[in-house]
Amino acid sequence: MIKKVNLDLVYIPSQDVVAREIEGVVIIVPIVSGIADIEDELFTLNETGKAIWQQLDGKKKLGEIIKSMAKKFSATPGEIREDVLGLTSELLRRRIIVKTPGGQD
Amino acid sequence: MKTKSYSTKCPVQQVTIWNGKKPSLLHLDMELTERCNNNCVHCYINLPAADLDARRNELSIFEIKKILHEASSLGCLDVCFTGGEPLLRDDFEEIYFFARRIGLRVMIVTNSTLITPSLTRLFNRIPPLRKIEVSVYGMDRESYESVSRVSGSFDAFQAGINLLLEHHVPFVARAALFPIGKEKLREFEAWASRIPWMDTPYAPITSPYLRCRGEQDARNADIKKMRLPPQQLLAVESRRTAEYIRGLRLFCANFCRIPGSMLFNCGAGMGKGNVDAYGNLQLCLILRHPDTVYSLKDGTIADALVNFFPRIRELQASDPLYLERCAQCFLRSLCEQCPAVSWLETRKIDGWLEYFCEFTHAQARFIGLLNEGELSWQVIDWKERVKNLLPVLSDENGRMLEVGGK
Repeated sequence: MIKKVNLDLVYIPSQDVVAREIEGVVIIVPIVSGIADIEDELFTLNETGKAIWQQLDGKKKLGEIIKSMAKKFSATPGEIREDVLGLTSELLRRRIIVKTPGGQD
Repeated sequence: MKTKSYSTKCPVQQVTIWNGKKPSLLHLDMELTERCNNNCVHCYINLPAADLDARRNELSIFEIKKILHEASSLGCLDVCFTGGEPLLRDDFEEIYFFARRIGLRVMIVTNSTLITPSLTRLFNRIPPLRKIEVSVYGMDRESYESVSRVSGSFDAFQAGINLLLEHHVPFVARAALFPIGKEKLREFEAWASRIPWMDTPYAPITSPYLRCRGEQDARNADIKKMRLPPQQLLAVESRRTAEYIRGLRLFCANFCRIPGSMLFNCGAGMGKGNVDAYGNLQLCLILRHPDTVYSLKDGTIADALVNFFPRIRELQASDPLYLERCAQCFLRSLCEQCPAVSWLETRKIDGWLEYFCEFTHAQARFIGLLNEGELSWQVIDWKERVKNLLPVLSDENGRMLEVGGK
């Protein structure tokens, strides 16, 4: 099930996960059960995923993240939008990120 | 940024998620205590649960958290809490929660007698992410308690197992059944096969180690009595004969070589270590020679890994018998002889170990690597023998392929 993200909302990593960057690799380690469908596996982010993850600081709206990444990276705005929405939807579905308190759809 | 796949799930053992440089610390074992509520006859480490001196000298919760924090900062993903019996610590839940909170996956080695409903609820809410390992000393009260030497421990063990099963907390079981026998192992394996999370069988403990701090000679004598003579031990270990032979042949094909005088032929201290209950970092779970341990009360894990452990790993043997035999033995990797076991047995780290040498020779004869009466360190054509261990096949074009690996 794809969970829809909202460009006007601010998202932040869930307090129920710990994101560890080890030798350049971002590894998501769940703390509570029911997160990310992880049992005997590690959930890691690739380079694209890591670049987007680092923007989810709980301050910028998703739309602002897309704009700022479009300035920094050489991909087209459409590709960046697709990547940001694609990853954040997946992370939201797995409860790895949440809306900041007060955010409404 | 053209890729549409942003994340990967990979098996926990796959260290190649770090493409190139691995973290300096991959795994840490921590003995939370040497005390145990059982008194197992074969155990190399247990102290009485009520040993106040031992308890007083154990690391504080503050010191444990500091070590775990540093381990995490060095890239460690996995910590194993062991002992003694780690659940004996009153602050176990706090230690466990802290480890998980900083993003460590936790394995626990326990006898399960102290598993409580509260603990299983904690493991459900905050799963360890590694399977708990439960040591099993017998399949009935008489055999269990003849090993544990604590009345009521079998019932407590069963109660703990049942709690883990009822609350779906993943665990695996490891047999430490003494005296060792095929029938006992078959009974254990039949029971263990019904545990939902036992996807691979865990090798039973068949050659118990001597006391880890060299104390209590009487206990060492008892432990040695439990060791089967090499041929009998081989009969037990090879009970699944075809699988055993194949496994041994594959191992020898991959790892047989003449080691020379270098003492360390294993991965001890390379990206991993064991912290004892008092804050000493060891290259492995067993090696406690005073010159080979590093005090974390005076230093850091990073310093131990970068400076201290590499110096220890460079040590060379000087014992004449070791140099004559072990240093020239192409079966050295198969043998239990290592600096750690050597120290337990002889109080030196380069001792030749008769019992383990005899058993290794028995194994080698069993798979056709040695003839009767041959001594491994005198074999000249070992490379040829090892090469001939595995069958050679040809592909559809008639090219010869060697069957090896996994």
